[in-house]
Amino acid sequence: MSEIQTLFAIVLILLGILLMFTGSLGILRLPDFYCRAHASGKADTLGIMVLLAGLAVYEGMTLTSAKVLMAMLFIGLTNPVPVHALARAAMRLGLKPWFSGPASHSPGVEPE
Amino acid sequence: METFFITVTVFLVLIISLPLFRVLRGPTVFDRLLAISTIGSKTIGLICLLGISFGRLDMFVDIVLAYAILNFIGGIAVARYFDLKTSSNE
Repeated sequence: MSEIQTLFAIVLILLGILLMFTGSLGILRLPDFYCRAHASGKADTLGIMVLLAGLAVYEGMTLTSAKVLMAMLFIGLTNPVPVHALARAAMRLGLKPWFSGPASHSPGVEPE
Repeated sequence: METFFITVTVFLVLIISLPLFRVLRGPTVFDRLLAISTIGSKTIGLICLLGISFGRLDMFVDIVLAYAILNFIGGIAVARYFDLKTSSNE
């Protein structure tokens, strides 16, 4: 295995871990369900895709690597869909979005 | 390289345990469901890293595909459940 391949895999894996950490931090710290849906639907999807790409680069040109890339494409297609469906269901159930104003108060959000 | 993968796996386990707070203390039920979906999708990357660590990535990739399909179907099913609940209320 060449050095450049290993280095590229390490960079991709660390980038994926960093993006997943961003997603977890967004789930913890953002003020609203809809904001948290952003963190879960975008940052996490990109993080998992980059991590799997790094693993495929580390594996090399094999059938397993092709399967990892297929899993990456599948996750990129399907991971944001349940998040969108959940957000739509929440909107139809009447969950109010959070506005940063003095007059608005959304349920479950601690005041600043 | 082994040490690197084991370190990354440990960090990923720590990262996965962060949204558990949102599962326990979520203000609404949607926060809990979203955190559970996030944990499930991050577990996909964890299983792949474990496969690299064990040296059997060809076997673990199949588990990853099955897990991704289960995660997708579960999230869609729960969202459809809430949609049907709203449409039956109207």
